Amino acid sequence: MRILVVVKQVPDSRASLSVLADGSGLDKAGVRFVCNPFDEFAAEQAVQLREKRSDVDEIVAVTIGPAEALQTLRTTLAMGADRGIQIVVDESVMFDELYLARAIAAAVTRDEQGYDLVLCGKQGIDNDAGDLGPALAEYLGLPHIGAIVELVVNESGDRANAKRQIEGGLEVVETGLPVLLTCEKGLVEPRYPSLPNIMKAKKKPVETVDAKTLPGMAEAAPRATFIGLSPPPAREACTIIEGTPEEMAKELVRVLREEAKVI
Amino acid sequence: MSNSILVFVEQREGTILPASLQLFTLAQQLATEQGGQVCALVVGARIGELASDCAALGPKRLLVADAPPFRYYSPRAYTQAICDAAATVGAQTVLLATTALGRDVGPRVAAKLGGALATDCTSVSSHNGSLRIQRPSYCGKCIAELELPADGLRVLSVRPNTFAAPEPDAAPAAEVEPLAVDIDAIGSRATTLEVVKSDSMHKDVSEVDIIVSGGRSVGSEEDFSILYDLAEVLDGAVGASRAAVDAGQQPRDRQIGLTGKVVSPRLYIACGIDGAIQHLAGMRGSRVIVAINTKADAPIFSAATYGCVVDLFELVPLLAAECKRLLAADS
Ligand SMILES: Cc1cc2nc3c(=O)[nH]c(=O)nc-3n(C[C@H](O)[C@H](O)[C@H](O)COP(=O)(O)OP(=O)(O)OC[C@H]3O[C@@H](n4cnc5c(N)ncnc54)[C@H](O)[C@@H]3O)c2cc1C
Repeated sequence: MRILVVVKQVPDSRASLSVLADGSGLDKAGVRFVCNPFDEFAAEQAVQLREKRSDVDEIVAVTIGPAEALQTLRTTLAMGADRGIQIVVDESVMFDELYLARAIAAAVTRDEQGYDLVLCGKQGIDNDAGDLGPALAEYLGLPHIGAIVELVVNESGDRANAKRQIEGGLEVVETGLPVLLTCEKGLVEPRYPSLPNIMKAKKKPVETVDAKTLPGMAEAAPRATFIGLSPPPAREACTIIEGTPEEMAKELVRVLREEAKVI
Repeated sequence: MSNSILVFVEQREGTILPASLQLFTLAQQLATEQGGQVCALVVGARIGELASDCAALGPKRLLVADAPPFRYYSPRAYTQAICDAAATVGAQTVLLATTALGRDVGPRVAAKLGGALATDCTSVSSHNGSLRIQRPSYCGKCIAELELPADGLRVLSVRPNTFAAPEPDAAPAAEVEPLAVDIDAIGSRATTLEVVKSDSMHKDVSEVDIIVSGGRSVGSEEDFSILYDLAEVLDGAVGASRAAVDAGQQPRDRQIGLTGKVVSPRLYIACGIDGAIQHLAGMRGSRVIVAINTKADAPIFSAATYGCVVDLFELVPLLAAECKRLLAADS
């Protein structure tokens, strides 16, 4: 069994972010970049499959982004992936996940062997979109199951059962392999790589490739053009309601009805 | 000419989602600005009368893909249905609601048809035939603006409650056209076996207009009952912070935030929630936010419309009683 894990580097969710004055992007000064938390679930799931089964031949990690994303790829290798593919793109295309998915598909289909499982995060906490996984499945001609919280692969490694979270319940989905899965919180708890594994990861092979040199990508361009970033519209200052709890309850209900008109 | 606007109408157990109805307002706006007719697609199994609810919203064509394999969502089958419908009506723009399904199927449709995609749009406007859209990104800390081209297919999912639904028109214009989808041709290996409903007694946060949400300080599952009482009076649902979920006070499907659900209800009442940036990522888009917290400098107040610096255990029951009185007086 061969497993592909897709990881992306994103700003730490704790970072307070600001936009460059000309709106051309994020002010990266002082911002810590980390592996997208949902992608860590994907990496962890891949490594756990290898620990539990004897038929996992290879785990390949792929990342797409600016050159600095190599650091995130190394973290995934330290978690247990065997080798890495780093696809380098210009930052301006990072907002079009269809384009990113096309480039990843172009990179991984160079290898005729193919993958039995492709694991992605449910969404990146940079674009907050979640387009990449389903789009990659389409480009690879695979079925996909989105936002899974439980995964069981059968003994012979040709079928899988997954539970996915939907509004108001869980969907139980059965599928043949190969398949692409996007990982939701609750699937697994990502491990912290140990120091020896971090050291080992530095020696694992990584292929670095410019997206434009991939098959079919020379002429490809994002269909969605990035125009700019802006801070979210400021909310009006909070109106503090004072008084005894009884007075607060009365006044709050009054403003919600008469001013805000929401109840 | 291919310039129709196709609205994908999502239904769940025989009810059309409000978020899907709201799409008709945007569809009409785009038809006015860019030309083209508004068309609609409903997909499901045995959805009979539902289609007529859509007809009252004024689509010029109303396609219905009604077949047993559509009983549960399947990415490939639904992708095929939407692509077939887009071809049938000559769609240039496909509109979906940003729901679990909309997020899942939109990228496949756009990828399959070689189109442009924008997920979770909160603003859409026309610019010489192209579309300028805004969408929250970086956990809601920034708004990204993108342009989708004037030529080729464009797939947009729109955040619920971004637009108000249009008033139903008494004289529906469209006849229902059955859409035959060649599902066998897809040969998908993935099938949904069943849907296990969670806690069907209470509504899900993604299905309501009002959310009463609790943090770690609520303390226990039993203590959450005062929040459920308030939610029930308001016909809303209960949400929770990750800290409350991690402490086992609420099931995970109630978690709001970065690693939970993103919601944009009309009213969000945060009870004993500190307002961590990862929580704000999930609810900042709510129209009105009420913060109830004992700590006057809790970050939640900076996101709130109204704030009460008070013990939630004192205020929430009083609030429920007061709302009950008000709503009883209405009827
Ligand atoms: C990668 C990542 C993802 C995350 N994803 C999420 C997510 O999806 N959702 C999420 O919520 N968090 C998420 N978090 C966690 C987040 O950072 C916070 O830890 C969490 O939101 C805190 O929850 P809380 O406000 O309930 O608890 P606390 O931070 O403990 O705050 C409790 C609040 O209750 C108030 N309080 C105490 N007693 C009372 C009382 N009697 N009456 C009124 N107020 C009272 C206190 O003043 C305080 O403000 C994530 C963190 C990380 C690193």
